[in-house]
Amino acid sequence: MAGGLAIEAEGLRKRYGDVEALRGVDLRVDAGTVFGLLGPNGAGKTTAVRILTTLLPPDAGSARVDGLDVVHDAARMRERIGLAGQYAAVDENLTGFENLEMVGRLYHLGRTPSRERARELLDDFDLSDAADRLVRTYSGGMRRRLDLAAALVARPPVLFLDEPTTGLDPRSRIGLWEAIEALVAQGTTVLLTTQYLDEADRLADRIAVIDHGLVIAEGTPDELKAHVGGERLEVHLEDGDRTGDALAALTTIAAAPPSREDGALLVPLRSRGGAIAAAVRRLDEAGIGIHDIALRSPTLDDVFLELTGHTAEADGAEEAER
Amino acid sequence: MSSLSYELSDMLVLARRSVLRIPRQPDLLVGFTIQPVMFVLLFVYVFGGAIEGTLPFGLDYEDFLIPGIIVQSMVFGGFVTALGLAEDLKKGLMDRFRSLPMSRSAVLTGRTLADVSTNVVQLVVMLAVGLVVGFRFGTSWWEVTAGILLLLLIGYAFSWVFAFIGLTASSPEAANAYGFTILFPITFLSSAFVPVESMPSWLQPVAEHNPFTTMVDAARALFVGTPAGNDIWLSVAWSVGIALVFGILAVWRYRHVITR
Repeated sequence: MAGGLAIEAEGLRKRYGDVEALRGVDLRVDAGTVFGLLGPNGAGKTTAVRILTTLLPPDAGSARVDGLDVVHDAARMRERIGLAGQYAAVDENLTGFENLEMVGRLYHLGRTPSRERARELLDDFDLSDAADRLVRTYSGGMRRRLDLAAALVARPPVLFLDEPTTGLDPRSRIGLWEAIEALVAQGTTVLLTTQYLDEADRLADRIAVIDHGLVIAEGTPDELKAHVGGERLEVHLEDGDRTGDALAALTTIAAAPPSREDGALLVPLRSRGGAIAAAVRRLDEAGIGIHDIALRSPTLDDVFLELTGHTAEADGAEEAER
Repeated sequence: MSSLSYELSDMLVLARRSVLRIPRQPDLLVGFTIQPVMFVLLFVYVFGGAIEGTLPFGLDYEDFLIPGIIVQSMVFGGFVTALGLAEDLKKGLMDRFRSLPMSRSAVLTGRTLADVSTNVVQLVVMLAVGLVVGFRFGTSWWEVTAGILLLLLIGYAFSWVFAFIGLTASSPEAANAYGFTILFPITFLSSAFVPVESMPSWLQPVAEHNPFTTMVDAARALFVGTPAGNDIWLSVAWSVGIALVFGILAVWRYRHVITR
């Protein structure tokens, strides 16, 4: 594969009627890494995944996955990708085992290898006990795990996960995250779309923020966070009247002038090392009582707000993403 | 394996999937089987007395009706395909299938093949009910066999019509509505339930040229021995034509369809 890139897209455009879902998207994903495509509903994430998985031809631009062109080498490329979608795409009237066996047969693995692989995956995803139950009796989290397992049947080098945890309860989400992390540890390249900032932060090596069909920022989670400023110390005082004195006392450890927000002091830091100890010492010397003190990292929510002027969840939910 | 054998194996894998659904969601088949059975009972016992005297060749109404109503139930047997495809689209399974390195038509050939098995079940039930209400075969065993094969061919052809409907309708409910508002009246505008001669003169040409009339007359010829004319070969030609045209349309839709 060219230059160690597992996914390479240039100038992808797609229009549905009047809606321009993608307006020239470039993506470069190194092999063996997790790439997060982050954006609100209707931003164009699903359209990008559909193009990269050969479900939809782009109107303009080109893309290669694992060195194969998504339009011209579509048939061969499908042998080398796995897709798990927003909807758990499994057949409710089959058992978990039958679902995976069917997918194996459709990858042309052969009957016996398909069955062996199905058992193996059910085991890996903690579904062995439910293997012979109809999927319609599964919980939401079990269906998603089965869906992810189905995407892995052929051990694809590149995996596409379109909002893998949307609608899951917190425990199931964490379970799915751990499963994805285990895959990446084995060298699979993952492109993941999400509207959850914590999910991208936890899983992705690099993130592209996409909004209204354009990539508006790209970088590591830390780079994106640095974009909105580094670590901050958040201090709540016992006595609100001493705020002025506290600001003066903390100025020496601040990277930029401290500010007040909702009754707390926010102190931008040069580095987090020793910051709490230094702040406690200075406030103690000045005789100012501390109610609570904590380090605060900027979240990707802050990043999104900074980049787009709106929060990730609030906008665009009603825009159809088709 | 060659690409043709992949094509066949993909089709069989997906046909098996559809067949497995039948015992697991029995209400679907029961629904599609009970309705024609109710029709048989209603038509035989409610309308039969009024219609019987008007029938050609001095046929009993049971012998007239059963071949017609079986054609109708074969035609609607493909409905399972329309519903199944519409559901696969709604639930995202279609995206999975289209992202797999499998044959581009297997999702459709598998389903339509599976419909043949539901049609066999329906055919057995309908013939059994027919025999109970007084229907009797009036032909040789090989004509009856040919009739059964023709009915299954007709059912297979209409599975492709329903495949196209399922991929075109915006939801499983819409697929249902298309099927019943378009196809249902067409089956009634035929010789299935009443003789064409009993219809108003302006309607008779419509009913006579309706392919259902040809198919029903062919089934009647093979089951009860009415004169066949060209009906049998025309029915085969219609079925093959419908399967080809709607097969091409459905595969074209499948390649371009977007999950909702």
